Amino acid sequence: MDNTDYIIKVEHLRRDFQVGGETVHALRDVSFTISRGEFVTIMGTSGSGKSTLLNILGCLDTPTKGEYVLDGSSVRTMSKNDRARLRNRKIGFVFQNYNLLPKTTAIENVELPLLYNPAVNAKERRQRAIEALEAVGLKDRMEHKSNQMSGGQQQRVAIARALVNDPVIILADEATGNLDTRTSYSILVLFQDLYAKGRTIIFVTHNPDLAAYSSRNIVLRDGRVVSDVINPSPASAREMYASLPNDED
Amino acid sequence: MNIGNLLKIALKALNNNKLRCFLTMLGIIIGVASVITMLAIGQGSKNSIKAQISEMGSNMIMIHPGNMQRGSVRQSADDMQTLKIPDYEALRDETSYISAVSPMVNSSGQFINGNNNYPSSLYGITPDYMEIRKVSVADGEMFDEADIKSAAKVCLLGKTVVDNLFPDGSNPIGRVVRFNKIPLTVVGVLESKGTNSMGMDQDDVVLAPYTTVMKRVLAVDYLQSIFCSALSEEMTDQATDEITSILRSRHKLKDDADDDFDIRSQQELSEMMNSTSDMMTVLLACIAGISLLVGGIGIMNIMYVSVTERTREIGLRMSIGARGIDIRNRDRQHTPAAQAAVSRTCDS
Repeated sequence: MDNTDYIIKVEHLRRDFQVGGETVHALRDVSFTISRGEFVTIMGTSGSGKSTLLNILGCLDTPTKGEYVLDGSSVRTMSKNDRARLRNRKIGFVFQNYNLLPKTTAIENVELPLLYNPAVNAKERRQRAIEALEAVGLKDRMEHKSNQMSGGQQQRVAIARALVNDPVIILADEATGNLDTRTSYSILVLFQDLYAKGRTIIFVTHNPDLAAYSSRNIVLRDGRVVSDVINPSPASAREMYASLPNDED
Repeated sequence: MNIGNLLKIALKALNNNKLRCFLTMLGIIIGVASVITMLAIGQGSKNSIKAQISEMGSNMIMIHPGNMQRGSVRQSADDMQTLKIPDYEALRDETSYISAVSPMVNSSGQFINGNNNYPSSLYGITPDYMEIRKVSVADGEMFDEADIKSAAKVCLLGKTVVDNLFPDGSNPIGRVVRFNKIPLTVVGVLESKGTNSMGMDQDDVVLAPYTTVMKRVLAVDYLQSIFCSALSEEMTDQATDEITSILRSRHKLKDDADDDFDIRSQQELSEMMNSTSDMMTVLLACIAGISLLVGGIGIMNIMYVSVTERTREIGLRMSIGARGIDIRNRDRQHTPAAQAAVSRTCDS
């Protein structure tokens, strides 16, 4: 692995929370680097600190101690607004419960991140949103409202939204957690396609089955990295998807 | 994020919540409308109270001859003959704070019409008196300057006098009634004013030109009093001062001499009027304040609810790169009141 071509570098990351008079150590000394083009799953039981880590990686939270460098910029010393800008330009989020705006069409949801990017005008915004929706296979659902779509479709819209700003990493938080097995795999297929196109993906989950489909698996326990394994030959989600019985047939 | 986008998002949000938007607007509209209506009603009733009070003549000034010592004997004011017609003319022509002046001489006696008779008072005045005492002619017309010059034998009857002299209900205008022995042609009937606050019947009067009363009835060359109206109730004091200086110089009084006249204004009335309108103002301010407070709390609640239910959306927008200011701006498009709650959400 080429150490200079990393997207994410965390060093001796610590995050403490003050709960009442007690100090909770959510992360104790976490260090790793993620290179461009990796598909990393971060796993751990609840309370292992994976949500805290995800918040820090997503620049929503700052570490108590330690260094976090995202695509060459150190996040720890950034102002709130700079971090918001960083989130807008470099990170795409995919959530467990999709978090689409209610009563809003797919294309408008996808356009949303570009609204916060003054460099993009309305015409370009539309064009890029259409391209992103095409990439997730929802070109024919652009004008559907978020409450008129199935869970899988909503998650695809959410992924399109994460892609539209052309981020350097995609952070997925239990992105398949709310979906049935078959739909989960269809979403995984999508992630693997993105991975194949060279996107860097960090996928946080508690489902150990998913580790097999990623190129690297980091396991957290009690705020520490307990295993960091590279998977040289990820299983194909497409094959798994194809093998699952289709209820609709 | 530019203003155009913000407006678009805000309009979309309003469009998505049509009913709530409508109800909120309705609330605000009714609130504002009620405050405005209430203020208007208040202003109206204040004015109407004011008008009613000034009906009683709150800006009226009465000038009587003052009591004076002749030798060492104090004289009754009624016997004094210090107010003359030229005094009236001077007040009419030289003052700037007075809108109307009328001299007044009065005589009591028996009015006779055929076999009906009734005791009443005959007031000798000018047409200005009508404005000063807020009296108006119900039927017929007021005598004019020519009648005054010629000391015409005309009169206007109050309602009570008409009822007693013409019990059959016939029209008194053009008829001749006698006051003691003097025949007077009735040219008009006065609008009924009812009794005043002292319980005196204000319709029990007969009005005639002051010259007629002075020359034909009383045969005197002095006035019993002069009635004036200040331009407004607030100018009563200035008017009083002006009248004093004019009369003193006309009567050639030395600086240390007492006034040989007596000026009375309706101080009590004007004080009552002031306190009434002050009360009205306070009352209105209280009601308007309470309505605004209640309305404000209502609007605040709606704002708070719409921000609370948006916490998810705000979180999402933050995660895709909205800055705190973007969120605040967005909500500011809906309303400023949401700000506090939003900043709290952003900070937490």
